[in-house]
Amino acid sequence: MGISSLFRQSGGVHAPHRKHTAECETIVMPAPKTIVLPMVQHLGAPCLPLVKVGDTVEVGQMVADSAAPVCAPIHSGVSGTVTAMKDILLPGGRTCQALVIESDGEGRVHESVRPPEVNTFSDFIAAVRKCGLVGLGGAGFPMHIKLNPPDRNSIDTIIINAAECEPYITTDYRECMENSWDIISGVQTVMEFLDVKRVIIAVENNKPAAINELSRIAKRVSTHERRVSVKSLPARYPQGAEKVLIQACTGRQVPVGKLPGDVGCIVMNVTSVSVLSRYLKTGMPLVQRRLTVDGSAIGKPVNLRVVIGTPVQDVLDFVGVDKPIRKLLMGGPMMGIALMDTTWPISKQNNALLALAQEDAVRPDATTCIRCGRCVDACPMHLLPTSITKAYKAGDAEELKRLNLMKCMECGSCSFSCPAYRPILQTIRMAKSLVRSSK
Amino acid sequence: MEHPLLVSSSPHLHCGMSTRHIMRDVIIALVPALIASVWLFGPRALAVELVCVAAAMAAEYLSRIVMKRPHTVGDLSCIVTGLLLAFNLPSTIPLWQAAFGAVVAIVVAKQMFGGLGQNFVNPALVGRIVLIGSFPAEMGNWETPLAWLGGVDATTTATPLAQLKENGDALFDPLEMLLGIRGGCLGETCIIALVIGGIYLMARHIIRPLIPITYIATVFVLTWILGENPVAHVLSGGLMIGAIFMATDYATCPINRGGKFVYAIGCGLLTVLIRVYGSLPEGVSFAIVIMNILTPLIEKVVRPRVFGSGKAVAK
Repeated sequence: MGISSLFRQSGGVHAPHRKHTAECETIVMPAPKTIVLPMVQHLGAPCLPLVKVGDTVEVGQMVADSAAPVCAPIHSGVSGTVTAMKDILLPGGRTCQALVIESDGEGRVHESVRPPEVNTFSDFIAAVRKCGLVGLGGAGFPMHIKLNPPDRNSIDTIIINAAECEPYITTDYRECMENSWDIISGVQTVMEFLDVKRVIIAVENNKPAAINELSRIAKRVSTHERRVSVKSLPARYPQGAEKVLIQACTGRQVPVGKLPGDVGCIVMNVTSVSVLSRYLKTGMPLVQRRLTVDGSAIGKPVNLRVVIGTPVQDVLDFVGVDKPIRKLLMGGPMMGIALMDTTWPISKQNNALLALAQEDAVRPDATTCIRCGRCVDACPMHLLPTSITKAYKAGDAEELKRLNLMKCMECGSCSFSCPAYRPILQTIRMAKSLVRSSK
Repeated sequence: MEHPLLVSSSPHLHCGMSTRHIMRDVIIALVPALIASVWLFGPRALAVELVCVAAAMAAEYLSRIVMKRPHTVGDLSCIVTGLLLAFNLPSTIPLWQAAFGAVVAIVVAKQMFGGLGQNFVNPALVGRIVLIGSFPAEMGNWETPLAWLGGVDATTTATPLAQLKENGDALFDPLEMLLGIRGGCLGETCIIALVIGGIYLMARHIIRPLIPITYIATVFVLTWILGENPVAHVLSGGLMIGAIFMATDYATCPINRGGKFVYAIGCGLLTVLIRVYGSLPEGVSFAIVIMNILTPLIEKVVRPRVFGSGKAVAK
């Protein structure tokens, strides 16, 4: 504190937690009759199918991959037959190819599923890639790229992101409670292969049970050379955003236009670490994931273990819907994407499915900006949403660039806190496309 | 599915705070000062307040009709403007003049620039300044507090600032100043009531302490340096109501914290310069209005540092 705190924009908002499913132990949802595997389930180049229509596939079999550097292969979560290759509409509005696999209900495991042999760093990275692992927190960045930064020796800290700052979602919390040993053994593996001396597991302080559980184990595996600690952070959205988290854990600010690696950090989602450690033990790639199903239209919110590729409709049928769904969200209410229909499948990075009834689905009409500055205070990147809006309305791409528009990580804190209900983030997104097209 | 799914840009959650909530909280914060004004200046104060609020609401309603724009009386901001204007008037002002001030505030200062959030100067202060210019005698006619209860011979009095200006050091009783038993505009005198309102606004996160504290501290330090009585300066005139309720007006102060700090120092500086060296005894209204006008400039110069940069966002 001091004079400078008067000027510092703290950023972030107090979003309601709504962690109704925190104590809901994961229920295994039986594999559906049909799964749909979009070729884009990660950031990067789309995969190409490795199988043809009519081929038989088994659980754990790699069905799509690409030679592109930033990409993660896709595996089948059921045994059965490839029945179609079709174009599906991504929630963002673009289309992508998808494999449709009809399950035979037998769940035969493919012969390739066996623990990988990992002796060297390159073995390790190859194994991570083969697992199809992406950042499970929502961004879906391929893990083998993340764990293989250009300057590996400069990395001194790995931050395990268990902040889970989005309302409703409890998938990472359940991972901490149900699979804490997998998390820690994954942490140890990553630590060894990357030769990093410090791992910080970051948890928001609204999850004391997870903090206790992880601290207990971390203490047991922590050594003088390799220190694993648990850091309790204030529950303030977007605490789990990579750059915000790095600053909260290490005090380092990732410079404008740089990556976490530039300040010696790698940030990994907690469930990703856990999945990685299970893969190294069993050889079963990423074909299932935990999903929080909640929202005002759902009578009994749950945490489910679902096969990746399960259509949303199957999940809703399994969980049961109480009220008519007016809005269906893939992900949390702050950053989640609204779905157009229920045929969209659960993909790797989806951590929640929220079905909202009418009362939660509609945002009141926007009124005039009263310049209250709540959006400015809320912006974790210290941008000026009001000036960005003005510059966008004026079509001034140069001014937008000067305002560091592209630094916006789209956390939605501005729109969340706007008392005039202005769709600020939507304007920012349109401003971004204006800047992109003006290049 | 029987209902089509709504598709919209994230976020899909809202904090629940609306413009109306904010204005309602400001009105609640003004209630202590309203009660104090009736205690000090009697039913006449209430009449001025009611006339100002009614005139402001009517002006808002009619100007939206004339401009063919959606109605905005429901956001309650016109009530805030009406109340603040009334608080900045002497209790003896003819009611038609008070109404005129409210109409000027709403129509000229606010609606002609596009309504709430678009005005570049504080509407209530514009109303007050226009009244000072138009009716200087009525605007300087200060009723003795508590005179309406009887037992006091003189019915008019001078304000402490006028006394300061004339005599150097006024007869100055801090307790009476805190309670508001002194000459002045009907809502500005009771410091305790204003501070209670300010604390309420801060507790409700409607305003931050930055502007009021910086403004008041600047006045205190500068008057002290200039050899004036700093406590008397802080407690008298419209400084408290100005620092807490007027300078913090969202539309007319800089939006980021660095800008707010510069703005509040400017308000304090101008207030002291006008009070000590100007020909007027009071300078809060003019100081705030001048800083309102400088706000876009301050915002251009003082910009927050973007996360991860050592330099300001842009110049």
